[in-house]
Amino acid sequence: MKREKVNFIKSSIVPLPISNIDTDQIIPARFLKATDRNGFGDNLFRDWRFDENNNPENNFPLNNPKYKGTILLAGENFGCGSSREHAAWALFDYGFRVVIAPSFADIFKENALNNGLLPIELSQELCNSILNETKQDPSTELEINLENQSVRVIVSGEQEYFKINAYKKSCLQNGLDDLDYLIQLRPDIEQFEKAQKKEVIATNEI
Amino acid sequence: MKTLFDKIWDKHLVKTLDESSVVLYIDRHLIHEVTTPQAFTAIKAKGVKVFRPSQTTATADHNVPTKNQHLPIVNAASRNQVDTLTENCETHGIEYFGLGHKNQGIVHVIGPELGLTQPGMTIVCGDSHTSTHGAFGTIAFGIGTSQVAQVLASQCMIVTKPKTMRIIIDGELNHNVDAKDVILHVLKALGSNGGTGYFIEYAGRVIEEMSMEGRMTICNMSIELGARGGLIAPDQQTFDYLKNKERVPKGTQFIDAVDKWAKLKSEPQAIFDQEYLFSGEEIQPMITYGTNPGMGVQVEEEIPNALNNSDKKALAYMGFESGQSLLGTPVNYVFVGSCTNGRIEDFRKVANYVKGKKKASNVKAYLVPGSQKVLEQIKEEGLMDVFNAANLEVREPGCSACLAMNEDKIPSGEYCVSTSNRNFEGRQGAGAKTLLVGPLMAAAVAIEGKIVKL
Repeated sequence: MKREKVNFIKSSIVPLPISNIDTDQIIPARFLKATDRNGFGDNLFRDWRFDENNNPENNFPLNNPKYKGTILLAGENFGCGSSREHAAWALFDYGFRVVIAPSFADIFKENALNNGLLPIELSQELCNSILNETKQDPSTELEINLENQSVRVIVSGEQEYFKINAYKKSCLQNGLDDLDYLIQLRPDIEQFEKAQKKEVIATNEI
Repeated sequence: MKTLFDKIWDKHLVKTLDESSVVLYIDRHLIHEVTTPQAFTAIKAKGVKVFRPSQTTATADHNVPTKNQHLPIVNAASRNQVDTLTENCETHGIEYFGLGHKNQGIVHVIGPELGLTQPGMTIVCGDSHTSTHGAFGTIAFGIGTSQVAQVLASQCMIVTKPKTMRIIIDGELNHNVDAKDVILHVLKALGSNGGTGYFIEYAGRVIEEMSMEGRMTICNMSIELGARGGLIAPDQQTFDYLKNKERVPKGTQFIDAVDKWAKLKSEPQAIFDQEYLFSGEEIQPMITYGTNPGMGVQVEEEIPNALNNSDKKALAYMGFESGQSLLGTPVNYVFVGSCTNGRIEDFRKVANYVKGKKKASNVKAYLVPGSQKVLEQIKEEGLMDVFNAANLEVREPGCSACLAMNEDKIPSGEYCVSTSNRNFEGRQGAGAKTLLVGPLMAAAVAIEGKIVKL
């Protein structure tokens, strides 16, 4: 799949300062019946965004016209629970390109990185600070530089560096995915299989 | 000095890409209808077929009805997803256990019972509860759909090595305490992100003496700790369970396999990045009161104080207050099933409790076997008669009300005592309120219509 290249991102923030947001909240299971990747953004945070009669919940930050932007700011352990990649698709499809949180669940982080959605872990202190500044002034913007692995709050100048897997970083910067690489690695994989003599490899023929 | 995890990991390393990323070989790939259609589309777009179809096994579980499985699926979107899986398996020559097949069931229940799961393997599936298979001494973990495509296309994945954690549970378990209580106790202590970044090995006397079913329950919920997975060194119990399973080698080949499997243990001096020690005696029957599996208490304890806004939000959703006891809370829905507690041992425990009793009139109970084989066993062992006499209906296999993708939904506002793995908001149906328990408590609530002491 061809991807957008990720490098610099400058945007205001949508704050959702809740801990342990699980992927069932990001995209409830009843919306996982599709066989393609499109349109999941409509049901992003469905049961928090809309009431039982499908009316928008006005208190929910995504429904608050004050908050706009491609950066979601969330609480710790974002994306826990189900491995559904639909969660990353829904966030991306809705328009987010970055999620910032003090920590992420492992599978969500990988799914995000595989879809050009940048998960950035910042200290709880800086997350709190960004949250407060955004609440006071929703036009507060962040500047994200993937090459330098830095996040800077533009007005206050606060800055922090984040970690990212070097291989994934290069995939994001070049708009590549793992699939092409692994397909061209097939001869090496066959060699590996022979070398291991299928020692631990089961087959259905047993 | 290697841990068990290191031993299996190292044997599956195809290539090292940089200090953090490696290409890892996958022995066994399990697939189901919900997280695979886009993966098949992705490899089709690359113009390749499945690289090693004989190492992939498919079943339909997440989206299937648990009644009238012999009839076409009523919901068009669910039917389409199952049909898409059927077609993809035909196109690529993948073995498929669809509705009506004697091997159909929840993907993590059928793997072990067919012997597709064997010690020392790497196993993945587009489902977070793939950690279940770790009970057999495997590296098994859940993956996203992009990674499903990678495995279909190359039988490999690009991954980062997790850190290692050991959780030792020593001593002995109290009466009426089982594997579910053990893992809910650990979750209460470590929290729902206590294992993030780690792969867990469970050890200690309680684990050694536990049945394979119990070990699967514990490994299953490793993901609720945030861990990539959890495993247990294979031992005589493991070998006894696997002997004569359909896909396990037979005769002298089995003896050779056991010799090899018996070496799969952490070396005595192996160092883990993190270790925790619990004693079996401190564990009591558990129940959750909040909206993540770490929010649990002993059944007789009061709900603790909310520490932050997220805790307060959870209590408000559940309709509970700090300091409240859950004992006596009326509950109208009970779910027994899922990859956590949908195996024969779980149904035996429920049957043993409900024998000679009647379901409470306020309760609607879903008893959903994890597989066709479990359903058959329920019939063979005479448990069906016990359930019928107690007015408890046994349905057909599938994931069912664990995630409510099919018709088995808990109505908004209702409590459901559930043997499944997640109490997230709306997990069992929009607005439903889940309390996670073991099979014994589920049985008790089905009979009493409220939460009671065990």
